Amino acid sequence: MSEEFERPSKRKLDETRPIEAEAGVIKKADGSARFKIGDTEAYAAVYGPRELHPRFLQDPKTGILRCNYSMLPFSGDGSRVRPGPSRRSKEISLVSEKALIPVMNLEDYPNTVVDVFIELPQTDAGSRCAGICAASIALADAGLMMKDMVAAVSVGQVRGAMIIDLDGEEEHMDENEGTDIPVALIPSTEQITLLQGDGIVHRNNLIKAIEMVKPALKKIAEEQRKALHKKYNTQIGDQK
Amino acid sequence: MNQEMMEHIKQALKKGTRLDGRRPDEFRKISIETGFLSTAEGSARVKCGAAEVLAGVKMAIEKPYPDTPEDGMLMVNAELLPLSNPEFESGPPSIASIETARVIDRGIRESKTMDTKGLCIEKGEKAWTIAIDVVPVNYDGNLIDLGGLAAVAALKSAKFPFVDKEGVVDYHKRTDKGVDMKFFPIPVTVSKIGDVLVVDPTDEEEKAAESRLTITCLDDEKICALQKGGSNPFTADEIEKMVELAFARAKEIRAKLQEVK
Repeated sequence: MSEEFERPSKRKLDETRPIEAEAGVIKKADGSARFKIGDTEAYAAVYGPRELHPRFLQDPKTGILRCNYSMLPFSGDGSRVRPGPSRRSKEISLVSEKALIPVMNLEDYPNTVVDVFIELPQTDAGSRCAGICAASIALADAGLMMKDMVAAVSVGQVRGAMIIDLDGEEEHMDENEGTDIPVALIPSTEQITLLQGDGIVHRNNLIKAIEMVKPALKKIAEEQRKALHKKYNTQIGDQK
Repeated sequence: MNQEMMEHIKQALKKGTRLDGRRPDEFRKISIETGFLSTAEGSARVKCGAAEVLAGVKMAIEKPYPDTPEDGMLMVNAELLPLSNPEFESGPPSIASIETARVIDRGIRESKTMDTKGLCIEKGEKAWTIAIDVVPVNYDGNLIDLGGLAAVAALKSAKFPFVDKEGVVDYHKRTDKGVDMKFFPIPVTVSKIGDVLVVDPTDEEEKAAESRLTITCLDDEKICALQKGGSNPFTADEIEKMVELAFARAKEIRAKLQEVK
């Protein structure tokens, strides 16, 4: 691996972009958050648990988590993004759901749905990860029982160097072997809840990448917690 | 909405006040912020009380419509995001979002504020399309007025992207060139709740309103778009009062908009 690779943003290889996290930004929602990492920004709003329609989708054993990821028309890197679901946005909604379900405890709300709406006003790569980070804060803000936060960020290989939190420029730098691997983590158990890969990576480097991204994800989880503590005016470590 | 709340809103209005303490002819406090989104050529955030609306401008080079080969194109779209309000549902655009978008669109289009001929690059072949998307982040009533204001503010802040020698748009570089705007059309909707004329209704007040009239004020004298909504009729006297009220508020809002870059 090349240690000399210099990132266009001058960031260190394992350094994320600046993060802003805020809880409770959407007043009519049961829980909400804004998560910004560099120029990628996500809003998430949680509604529910509420009655699920159509009724045949209801599960008498547990509540259902339903994510809806959507890029606002002016949030794309190039020309306008058509509103409405696309193949891409549907897949991201699906993997976001699966990334969050392991920390949720919806058995107490049978036959219901918890809706999570994720909207991105601007993106510069890493939008699914920003969406998951925002959604995780919003679910906690909604007062739902959770085993832990879920933090997400991408790790990737560009020109032989392993780097964290790729921005748009870095994503397009290496036409031959550029790799982008979004990862979501439950910090307390170190379990991975989202893992996708886009590009070529050596099998040994995949595990290296996951080990490399864990500390960054734990830091992101701290930022998520801070946002909640700020809203509820509590301190990290308070046991109330 | 429950009947008790509706009665409560109407009783308060009879005494000349509203649940949040405003007079019937008073707007909530408005703030406008522009140019904060990296991916949009123009952007605006309008906050008004608890309501928050975003507008973003995207520009692209497209083939002009066959009937107007020398004109650039304008498109206004509104999405009632389910994120902003539990009463909004996912799915194809609702009639409310279509009406909102079309009323905002008409206000800008008919004001002739933009020189659409100036947006033409090559007759019949290439012209700029300007797309404005309006979305509530926090829904609390009055979306036409706040979305219309956000749309105009976003357009005012917009800068054309760079075009290379082959005529391909490079969205990563922006020029200093903005959209020439001769006017700032401001939509003001006057709602009738009971017998009282009200501006800038909250979500709850909107539900208590029987009818409304949106008047888009081009300047201090001219109207460039109208839309009556709701099921109850108006008399000419009422319309006269509504127009007067709309122009008074539009003037104040326009002054605020002019302070913004």
